[in-house]
Amino acid sequence: MQNAGMNIEDKGGDKLVLHVGPQHPGSGHFRLIITVDGDYIVGAKPDPGYVHRGAEKMAEYRDYIQNIPHLERPVIIDATGVTLPYVLAAEKIIDVEAPERAQYIRMIMAELNRVISHLYWLGIYGIFLGHSTMFMWPMGDRELFIDLAESIGGTRVTFSYVVPGGVRNDMPTHFKERALKTFDYFEKRIEEYKKIFFNNPIMTARTESIGIMSQADAIKLGITGSNLRAAGIDSDTRKDEPYCLYDRVDFEIPTRKEGDSYARCIVRLEELQQSMNIIKQVLDLIEPGPIKQVIGGVMRGEPGEAFVRTEAARGTMFYHIVSNGEKYPYRVKISVPSFRNLIGMTHLLVGSKLADMPAIYWSLDYWPVEADR
Amino acid sequence: MSAKFATENQLAKSLKDQFKNKIKEEYVESNRIKISTSPENLKNLAIAVKELGFEQVMSQGGTDYPENNVYRIEYHIICVSKKKLRSIIFSIMTEIPKDKPEIETLIDVFPSAEFHEQETFENFGITFIGHPRMERLLLPEDWNDIPPLRKDYILPGRG
Repeated sequence: MQNAGMNIEDKGGDKLVLHVGPQHPGSGHFRLIITVDGDYIVGAKPDPGYVHRGAEKMAEYRDYIQNIPHLERPVIIDATGVTLPYVLAAEKIIDVEAPERAQYIRMIMAELNRVISHLYWLGIYGIFLGHSTMFMWPMGDRELFIDLAESIGGTRVTFSYVVPGGVRNDMPTHFKERALKTFDYFEKRIEEYKKIFFNNPIMTARTESIGIMSQADAIKLGITGSNLRAAGIDSDTRKDEPYCLYDRVDFEIPTRKEGDSYARCIVRLEELQQSMNIIKQVLDLIEPGPIKQVIGGVMRGEPGEAFVRTEAARGTMFYHIVSNGEKYPYRVKISVPSFRNLIGMTHLLVGSKLADMPAIYWSLDYWPVEADR
Repeated sequence: MSAKFATENQLAKSLKDQFKNKIKEEYVESNRIKISTSPENLKNLAIAVKELGFEQVMSQGGTDYPENNVYRIEYHIICVSKKKLRSIIFSIMTEIPKDKPEIETLIDVFPSAEFHEQETFENFGITFIGHPRMERLLLPEDWNDIPPLRKDYILPGRG
């Protein structure tokens, strides 16, 4: 954070400096310092850090179990997405492996969380574009997926469900029927979303050819997740380096070549369908069995380190855990997708119109709390 | 050399041929390569890793080792466009003395390292020479203590 305060500076000539946020509705706790020349943005500087809590430092004072709810906080909206890689890394340190059934349930939870997170993004994107129906529909449908996740994880949002050695509890017996019923309903809803929003000229006029990220720039700047796939690169950690049992399910990686705001939206919409496809296959594959390898006593590992990455809702989530054999980790480094996508914001905003700023900003699915940690 | 990690071993070997004893192979295992070098040689190593086809810095971080009086700096580099290299995380690391926490920036090799280096700067007080914006990013502007990820910074109430 730097230069706190809301002010409009006169830079001479026709240039003005505008501060967008940190109280901007929808932006989250994040500020963009934008220089405009007339209608056009000539400079954009992101100013994150308003919700920085030092999660990496605090993780050094908590043991491997206490760190699960702690490290979930930055991305409660994608709670499994952020805790799963941590647990996979902790399992490497402690040297345990989860049984097959637990791996499958982890995949179900991770995909449900991806849908929950994408629907939240879609609702807010509707608001950003002034389309209030597209706020209410995804927010309402999201509740159905929250109900499904709640029936497994026990709470609505912060599940702390994945633990070293497995998962906390088994899923309910009626889960499959409930899930398939929800998916049947939601697949029809996706068509309605397309009619009212994605094929709506009001929406396409505001997003097509706006905020174009070329393939070369996306690679160079380190863009990740749906934003990278919207620029034409079919990179997805679930395929690149399969974890859990993702190598046993068949799914597609939606990509687009255009790299504009619309491409980023449509990629996320198609990912909803892919997530449901994965869960359907898992529900056919999953068999009864143990869900947890019980670890006696306090978890501590051999001195060493583990790197794990997984595909969270916003992109590749990376953990680097260093252990010195104590019950607390020596160092936890988290590299989150929002932080890496932030660099793209400056790149996309400069040269575009101020009126296009909301359409570009939220199309990157930037989550300030995740970036700040 | 096991045939199991053929690609990984091949990548590590090509660097060893190029740098001889200037680099040290920490380990090569499934999808993970870690190579250490001296601070002066880090940039050359990064350029060589880029020439092997790796494209972006996924993560960059430091670790404080007070007993050795060093900071360890690591870059985790990945490739997103070439299918063969996608599964690999290439880590390069170096150690710099704590009494002179300075190192040359890598953002001219990997522009994606920009914010990561800024974060390491504020959390450890390590200056990246040549970085255009060596300023705070996440810490509050009124932070008036030692960089928080150093081991001698004790979390309030946990001392």
